[in-house]
Amino acid sequence: MQRKAVALISGGLDSLLAVRVMQEQGVYVEGINFFTGFCVEGHTHAIRKKDQKKPKRNNALWCAEQLGIKLHIIDIVEEYKDVVFNPQYGYGANLNPCLDCKIFMVKKAKEWMEAHDFDFIITGEVVGQRPKSQRKDTMPVVQKDSGIEDRLLRPLCAKNLPETLPEREGWVDREKLYDFSGRSRKPQMALAKEFGFEDYAQPAGGCCFLTDEQYSVKLQDLWKARGSKQYEMDDIMLLKVGRHIRPAPEYKLIISREEGEGKFLQGYRKQYPSLKTTSHPGPLCLIDGDFAEDQIEQAARIVARYSQGKNAPEVELEYRDTEGNIRPVKVAPLSPHELKKEWVV
Amino acid sequence: MAHEVLDCRRLLCPMPVIRVQDRIAQLQPGDELQAVCTDPGVMQDIPAWCRINGHEVLEQKVEDDEYILTIRVQENT
Repeated sequence: MQRKAVALISGGLDSLLAVRVMQEQGVYVEGINFFTGFCVEGHTHAIRKKDQKKPKRNNALWCAEQLGIKLHIIDIVEEYKDVVFNPQYGYGANLNPCLDCKIFMVKKAKEWMEAHDFDFIITGEVVGQRPKSQRKDTMPVVQKDSGIEDRLLRPLCAKNLPETLPEREGWVDREKLYDFSGRSRKPQMALAKEFGFEDYAQPAGGCCFLTDEQYSVKLQDLWKARGSKQYEMDDIMLLKVGRHIRPAPEYKLIISREEGEGKFLQGYRKQYPSLKTTSHPGPLCLIDGDFAEDQIEQAARIVARYSQGKNAPEVELEYRDTEGNIRPVKVAPLSPHELKKEWVV
Repeated sequence: MAHEVLDCRRLLCPMPVIRVQDRIAQLQPGDELQAVCTDPGVMQDIPAWCRINGHEVLEQKVEDDEYILTIRVQENT
């Protein structure tokens, strides 16, 4: 009887190899890729014009195609919020709740496994590779807290870990699994070569925006401004785009840095009031938060500062509310010394 | 045979792929789904998803900055 495993596919080399190791042993594999909203996968590339000529691909889909497996991409944006807001095991260096994230994903994969009558779960984890979620002492926590227990197999480092059910039952041969450990990528690269994989993704610094310091600072600023930990999908998308400037606690400006971002922000003009320079080429700016009428002028002066009219005595802009009502605003651009450092998020 | 239009405007990948995937799960073999998107990444990602899952891309085109793909649903193998 052919056994069936569901693999957590991130799009990186490790999950690619873990699946191939299982396929070599005759196990039928399908993949799951969870979308949290914070996944790095190409979003900013899709937005920024200068990046649009670079070849883009979704690495999870690419891996699945290389492996000849089905891939199920699952939207967990809403459920994942609780992981981000209240991680039981805390954050990493930034707002990355890596251990809680892994527990959550394995738990979701377990639900999928049971609903689809699969036998076990595999991941590309390697003991000692990540400072929080892939340590010898935290890897058993994932098994216990997710409830998967010994139906979770990590083919790349299985020989460093206690025997799992698929090994004990003879569904897979433990001797043909691996004993990788630590942060070196050399064993994985050698195995990739052996399997004939050449064009695999080599993400630097993980695959999640929450590991990024700048991004985490912006998210914390958002929480502080709103007085509670909360976000919507649009919020976390917009944190990836433009300059974020908060001239007052109650509102923030999101100013495009180039044409692609401007075009992307245009799509939000029914949700956020906006400013756009009309007398000179310049950026599009969304205004997020509650602001008083007299603060529009201050906002306009900041936006003008980033336009080609920054040295002109006066710049004209168009203020547009969310209903589409437009009115002109004329301001003197903010001088460099008036733009306070602490405003820049 | 149904022909449906799915609005994926302003969604960034992989959200359009997820929307297509979830809608196709509700459709019958032979039905057609037209996804209207604004993220150029769909031109790679949706065909890749279709290849993996055995569905047929009948047409992909760009019109007024919109990326439009028409997919014919195949039997789930």
